[in-house]
Amino acid sequence: MTETKPALLSVRGLSIGFATEEGPIRVVEDVSFTVAAGETMGLVGESGCGKSVTAQTIMRLLPSPPSRIEAGSIDFDGQDLAQADEAAMRRIRGDKIAMIFQEPMTSLNPTMTIGEQIGEVLLLHRGLRARDARPKVFEMLTQVGIGRPEKRYAQYPHELSGGLRQRVMIAMALICGPKLLIADEPTTALDVTIQAQILELMQALQRESRIATLLITHDLGVVEEMCDHVVVMYAGRIAEKAPAKELFANPRHPYTAGLLAAAPRNAKRGQTLITIPGTVPPPGKRGQGCSFAERCVRALPRCRQDVPPLTGDGHLAACWNPVP
Amino acid sequence: MTGRPLLTAENLVKHYKARDGDGLARAVDGVSLMLRKGETLGIVGESGCGKSTLARLVLRLIEPTSGRVLLDGEDILALKPGALRRRRRDMQIVFQDPFASLDPRMSVGRIIAEPLDIHNVGSPQERQRKVEDLLLMVGLDRSALDRYPHEFSGGQRQRIGIARAIALEPKLLVLDEPVSALDVSIQSQILNLLIDLKSRLDLSYIFISHDLSVVEHVSDRVLVMYLGRIVEEGTATQVLRQPRHPYTEALVSAVPGAKKGPRIVLKGDPPSPEAVPAGCRFHPRCPKVMDICRHTPPPSIAQGGSARAECHLYGPRPG
Repeated sequence: MTETKPALLSVRGLSIGFATEEGPIRVVEDVSFTVAAGETMGLVGESGCGKSVTAQTIMRLLPSPPSRIEAGSIDFDGQDLAQADEAAMRRIRGDKIAMIFQEPMTSLNPTMTIGEQIGEVLLLHRGLRARDARPKVFEMLTQVGIGRPEKRYAQYPHELSGGLRQRVMIAMALICGPKLLIADEPTTALDVTIQAQILELMQALQRESRIATLLITHDLGVVEEMCDHVVVMYAGRIAEKAPAKELFANPRHPYTAGLLAAAPRNAKRGQTLITIPGTVPPPGKRGQGCSFAERCVRALPRCRQDVPPLTGDGHLAACWNPVP
Repeated sequence: MTGRPLLTAENLVKHYKARDGDGLARAVDGVSLMLRKGETLGIVGESGCGKSTLARLVLRLIEPTSGRVLLDGEDILALKPGALRRRRRDMQIVFQDPFASLDPRMSVGRIIAEPLDIHNVGSPQERQRKVEDLLLMVGLDRSALDRYPHEFSGGQRQRIGIARAIALEPKLLVLDEPVSALDVSIQSQILNLLIDLKSRLDLSYIFISHDLSVVEHVSDRVLVMYLGRIVEEGTATQVLRQPRHPYTEALVSAVPGAKKGPRIVLKGDPPSPEAVPAGCRFHPRCPKVMDICRHTPPPSIAQGGSARAECHLYGPRPG
């Protein structure tokens, strides 16, 4: 990579497997990337590509068994999270690393008020008493653009709109001043005008705090708007990794090129869209060589035999026959 | 587009009782539209704007509070149950979630044959042949016949839903977010299929989506809905490239990655249909709000004309 900033998060050679009734299967294979302070790294790909499993493994949120880190390290702030025990992770989660999810309704506690939930993080990590946490919660609610914080403090999640709930999630994530924010499809469930509000809020907060963000999304438009660097995943592996501008200008992996070309906004109205034939192979049925070979217009005989390594200088692609 | 009208809706209203209290939820609040034969009419808007309710109203899947719906000149709201059932052959719907809309206990062959059975089309052998033809038409093959929905991917399930919808050779297909649950690479396959089927089968579409780039790609004309009303309409290019209504402007500018100009970020959430603001219903969020907007509703747009917005900025219209 061409970046010179020191990495805050450095994932190296991460492979994740799941125990299933049919035996163990690999769902993430040899994934490496870094995120520096103040930077937004996008992790993109379609359903089943392994992007969310990767993110949840960084947070060590997946139960083991069935999930298992089979290889690799997750260096964060001088510590290998792949080796950390649950007690250590509990101290890190919500404090140094925070996460927001697609559907705030399922990640907020429906029986606690908004204020209590946000304050609880401070009780847990800072040992504050509830009444001392209160003014800090008001401050945080204001910072994420929630007006009348005294009123909101006493409300329950179901009383808020989707956009406000996502703001509450962000407030909860940021109240301890984390170094890394993992945002898993944070705007996917929102309407486009509300998505614009949340994206703008995330950008503003990042400018103020220099927080590092790992943004998991399937939406290339969101990536273009938000990310400095991008990792494109396909069937559990990294297909391409590049600075965002570079990736959109010159996609090298045929999968990335296909995704960009398939978006209607890049096509002439009413004309046949470029498609990627077939579907993503499920884990365990990913064949010998490149898992994209079966769907790839540029596939060579070699692609069906050998897994292509991720190569390049600054702009990396895992492809035997990349787009020139 | 010069085709004759296939579907006309006049001043459709659907009010529900509000969830709490005696108020009304104005889900659809005076909508008129016209779909010409061979045309794709796109309807865009955010959650709760009434677009799915409108779709169900024009198909008479739900009864309107008031208004008229004419299909090929016939008032479908006046039809008796038997006549309505026969008329349903002409108008079908495809839903967003192909998993929720396919019976998991029925084989794909039976799912697609069901509408043919219900409407007693042809002999059993003819129906069987028709089902196989339909599978091929939507890009599946005979091997799908005896399999069940869960054995298929999302994109394939949507193909099954489309095959069922076109089985009776309808004139009108309402597509309610047909590609929203699909990944990009699969989405383009289904959009191509829909565009192809439309010309092959002489269909007309009402295409509902929250995704502006998808709507622009498939639609001839576009309606923009906000809080139960159409606030702008025109050709796809007019509405989505040169929006006139401040809401459409904000909507278009908010699409991430679409670097057409500065992003207009609207304040707050859309109000509930149970608490429609006085005057122009968009005024509390409108960046261009004027005094008149707070108390006087803007003149309604005449349907079928050129690009028009329901907005005081464009003044009272002559005639």
